[in-house]
Amino acid sequence: MKDGTQNPGFEVLDHPLKEGSQQTSAPYTRSAALAPGPTAKKGSAPEPVKFTIDGKAVTAPAGTLLIEAAKQVGIEIPSYCYYPGLTLQGACRMCLVAIERMPKLQTACTTVVTNGMAVHTETEEVKNARKAMLEFLLTNHPLDCPVCDKGGECELQDAVFRYGAAETRFMESKLHHEERKFSSLVYYDWPRCILCYRCIRVCDEGMDVNAYGIGFRGAHSEIIPNRGEQLECEECGMCIDICPVGALTSGTYRYHTRPWEMTYTGTICNHCGDGCKTTLSVRNNQIIRANNRDHSGFNGEFLCVKGRFGWDFVNNDNRLTAPLIRRKGKQEAGTWEEALSLTVERLKTVLAENGPDSVAVIGSNRTTNEENYLLGRFTRTILATNNLDHHRTADYSSLVRALTESHSTDRYAAMDDIPLASSILLVGNDPTHQHPLAAFQIRQAVQRHGARLYVINQQDIKLRRQSSLYLPVQAGGEAEAIRALAGMEIPSAPPLTSLPNQARESGVGSGLAPGVVSSLNSLREELRKQSDVIIIFGDEIQGTAILDLVRWGLTLPGRARFVALGDYANSRGAADMGVLPGTLPGYSPITEAAARARFESAWEAKIPGEPGRPVRQIIAGIDSGEVKALLVFGSNPAKTFGIPKEALGKLAFLVAAEIFPTETTEMADVVFPATTFAEKAGTVTNTCGQVQALKKTMRKAGTRSDLEILIALARLFGHRWNYQSADDVTREIIAKVTGYAVPLPSLLVGRAVMTQPAGMPPELEGPDLVFSSRDSLFTSGTVSRYSWALNSVDEAKKPYGHIF
Amino acid sequence: MSEYQNYLKGSPLEVRVLTRRFGIPNSTSIDVYLQHDGYKALKKAFEIGPDAIINEMKNSGLRGRGGAGFNTGMKWSFVPKQSARPKYVVCNADESEPGTCKDRPLMEYDPHQLLEGIIIAGFAIGSHQGYIYIRGEYRYLMEILDRALAEAYARGFLGKNILGTGFDFDLCTHTGAGAYECGEETALLNSLEGLRGYPRIKPPFPAIVGLYEGPTIINNVETLANVPHIIQNGAEWFAKLGTPKNGGTRLFCLSGHIERPGVYELPMGFPLRRMIEEVGGGVPGGRQLKAVIPGGSSCPVLTADEVDVAMDFDAVAKIGSMLGSGGVVVLDEETCMVKVAQRIMKFYAHESCGWCIPCREGTSWLKSLLERFHSGAGLPEDPDTALDVSYNMLGKTLCPLGDAAAMPTISILKKFRSEFEEHLKLGCCPFEKKAVSVA
Repeated sequence: MKDGTQNPGFEVLDHPLKEGSQQTSAPYTRSAALAPGPTAKKGSAPEPVKFTIDGKAVTAPAGTLLIEAAKQVGIEIPSYCYYPGLTLQGACRMCLVAIERMPKLQTACTTVVTNGMAVHTETEEVKNARKAMLEFLLTNHPLDCPVCDKGGECELQDAVFRYGAAETRFMESKLHHEERKFSSLVYYDWPRCILCYRCIRVCDEGMDVNAYGIGFRGAHSEIIPNRGEQLECEECGMCIDICPVGALTSGTYRYHTRPWEMTYTGTICNHCGDGCKTTLSVRNNQIIRANNRDHSGFNGEFLCVKGRFGWDFVNNDNRLTAPLIRRKGKQEAGTWEEALSLTVERLKTVLAENGPDSVAVIGSNRTTNEENYLLGRFTRTILATNNLDHHRTADYSSLVRALTESHSTDRYAAMDDIPLASSILLVGNDPTHQHPLAAFQIRQAVQRHGARLYVINQQDIKLRRQSSLYLPVQAGGEAEAIRALAGMEIPSAPPLTSLPNQARESGVGSGLAPGVVSSLNSLREELRKQSDVIIIFGDEIQGTAILDLVRWGLTLPGRARFVALGDYANSRGAADMGVLPGTLPGYSPITEAAARARFESAWEAKIPGEPGRPVRQIIAGIDSGEVKALLVFGSNPAKTFGIPKEALGKLAFLVAAEIFPTETTEMADVVFPATTFAEKAGTVTNTCGQVQALKKTMRKAGTRSDLEILIALARLFGHRWNYQSADDVTREIIAKVTGYAVPLPSLLVGRAVMTQPAGMPPELEGPDLVFSSRDSLFTSGTVSRYSWALNSVDEAKKPYGHIF
Repeated sequence: MSEYQNYLKGSPLEVRVLTRRFGIPNSTSIDVYLQHDGYKALKKAFEIGPDAIINEMKNSGLRGRGGAGFNTGMKWSFVPKQSARPKYVVCNADESEPGTCKDRPLMEYDPHQLLEGIIIAGFAIGSHQGYIYIRGEYRYLMEILDRALAEAYARGFLGKNILGTGFDFDLCTHTGAGAYECGEETALLNSLEGLRGYPRIKPPFPAIVGLYEGPTIINNVETLANVPHIIQNGAEWFAKLGTPKNGGTRLFCLSGHIERPGVYELPMGFPLRRMIEEVGGGVPGGRQLKAVIPGGSSCPVLTADEVDVAMDFDAVAKIGSMLGSGGVVVLDEETCMVKVAQRIMKFYAHESCGWCIPCREGTSWLKSLLERFHSGAGLPEDPDTALDVSYNMLGKTLCPLGDAAAMPTISILKKFRSEFEEHLKLGCCPFEKKAVSVA
């Protein structure tokens, strides 16, 4: 799957089960009959195999499948059921080739190359066989290409054009089954189905959902969903994209357009923190579809329900498209000029009357690095305050601090490192819901490369199925488990977690069961045997617990690397860019004069040296009247932090930049209609620290990006910022921010570049600052409220953590 | 006993080895079996040891009675001696080939003979677990087999430490649910594992990676029933019963237009013409012979001119057909061969599992085409199209079901082309008014 493109082809078929069957001298076992992909297993590679394809001399590693070996030398062997990364089927018979000294044609997808093999892919016999298979496929096919969604990008259509069989000899009446709606997002058109079983396998082997099966027999065989007429699944839509024909179609895309009528832009999904590459398809300035069929990015073709369908909020009619200005207690639409000048005027008044500490700024988890960087500049230099924070969903600062103090800033693991890990320790979080790609990568590591997965969690999360050890802890017990794992005394004081989660609050600091302690001991021993360990943790591990975890992790004999899981598309970037009260971009403490000087020279202004208010103190300040003006960019603090309306009402001035009306904008004096991820350029950093570029896909009349808003506000404050575009800010970030010295061209061509931040940011200021929203597969903060697709599926009504 | 008399009529020409205990009162009981040399071979097998058993099997020339005719001893020898995973013996009792009904009496009248064969096979390959996979429609035979199994357990022929040798072997029955495809060995394994009865990719072959990924031998009922006789009487004796490389006897199932249809045990290589005329009593009503399906519906048909053939694997293969599963279907001059082709294809279209394209689409296409053709709505190009479609299936499917559907069709289209032309000319079936059906 994803790995097929990045590390194409060649490897020795490898699978944990193989070890058991080595003595049987089997070339591979049935369940190990996987297509090639990258392997984590090291060791002396067997001699490469030499053979010929169409007279061309080819060398490939032992165990390579013929179809992959041919691909490497530029010879295409058509296939439907063969799909890199999925188990072998031998069902479509499209890949039949002639091999000398073999009596019959052989399927290239199931044939492992051997020395001296002479393969022919273009003999008359082979050509006729391909043509025959296509003729068979077309017998009951409706040939409704002119109205089929897949027309123009259909593998069957392409093959018929290329290999013939367009003339039919089939004189009988075609079999027909009625079209079925499996869910609001997935439809099944039986007559178009060629039964390649890709959907079944991707659901089973890729997603671990097993929502599909086969019903009936022979020519009447059909794909059936798991709940009678209905699907009950993660609704990821992988089955739709992997379908070579128009049998499975998307509830949001079907019958909307033709593939050639759209423009395609590769950008980054704006939901969770995993940073999946997605290709947005736009027609008439509207997004029609999202997928990643070009397998670009570390997610390959993977997208979850939010990535594949949840972009539709962009087209929602409730979008804010004109600035709102409160006049006589009522919000009315105004012009950008009015809104901007009113904002500057009011802020100037508050600053003049009450000083810089009376102003506070709350930033966003989703806006770009450039916007976050400029938000810091605007707050610290123009408003002259450090009262800047955001909803922190992972304690990245403590991770950076811990790795920096241990001189191990090369130990951040990337999203594409996960599938290749030999072992993974997952502490807290529920990646299946909160980080679907991370969950997918973990499954790939276990299923395809025999990685060992160890899970420490208070819930019986779905990834437990792949784990070789699951350690249940009581609510809030993850940090204690880490201390126990590190061989430390379990503190009597409760760990620094108090999360808005009832279960957690009730069980904080309740200690570890004796059984868990002994399991932790054996886990420690097992981890010591691994050549490398990727330690992935959620918000359960924060503050000093991260320090404990990292210090212990680095004592492991194998190479330990770390991933902190934060909720949203740019949660990591917000921390990296210093949208924090005491931290400058790149995790330099604000109290450090040298660090300030570095940015003061770039920003041509003084930066106050005292740390500002963390978000809880901002809220307290609002309540006490110390904070008089609040600027909110791309977030909804009223809901996130539970700030009551009355408290917000105390503010002299509240301004919000948002894309939708929220509990916060409702109370605002000025609301700027902002752009979504699809309407702006910039960069975002995923939770692992990989920075990628957003590409502007479309325009939305009336909106402006936060970047444009900030530049305009700065100008009205009398500051001249010399940024012509987001790229100019990116260049400054690359030059100034520690760990961000990445090649700009790499970003611009769509690569993910790993950052390695280093710094000694201040310790976590207190409790309740770092907490995850616990978004499910079908929620994503404010934007999911405005997504028809995410709300249309029945599964969205299931409680958080439901296992599909 | 009436059932017995129905289809085991007996013939003086028979050489009764497997069927020697048929007709003895209470032949299914272990006591009767023991009185008639039962489980003696097992004791001998324990004495001579696994290597010698496999050698005897190889030398006996016993070839798989399921249809493919692979040397049984050879198959057993492919099972690795050492295996990390358990090894299995699976008895394929999914007898579904149209025209074939030989495994049924073997289970119905002499179940212990089969059990003994399976236990010896298990001992030979070092397996400790066997399964008898019985065709869903043969569910009633399970009672007989389960009773026999209980008896064998009670007498210490199954279970722990069999006959004090320290060898453990467990055996149980399992039924299919009525899919022809599950007679294919790998589909059978899937079905036995509780999966859908789809065939698996080969290689790896079951002898290496079979049931639950353990090395597995799968043999037909008749094949395994032969094992005790070979062990007891020796490979040489067994080989001499038949023709070179085709040891032993064979249960032939004579059906169709024949005077005395039934199951007859005849030596391998018995001439087909004599089988029809002397054993089966010839075509009834003085009608002429038109064609013979020599080994179940998947074999190419033989014309009346081709019946002077010795019924062993090699001789039948030489004239372009197969000995198959021993289902000899005799067709007389009043049979419409188009109808035969259509009826056979109807069966395969119904039984195609649907896994791979050529078989799934090809059988369904041919079925519709032949039905239309036989009804008189044929087109001049239809026979050629049907031939071409059959060739497009032949040798291109994952399992042999596609071949099984293509081969008889190809043979009928080639050997009885004139009947197709006649249908075209008349616009209807020339035989229909005589109301002869082989269905």
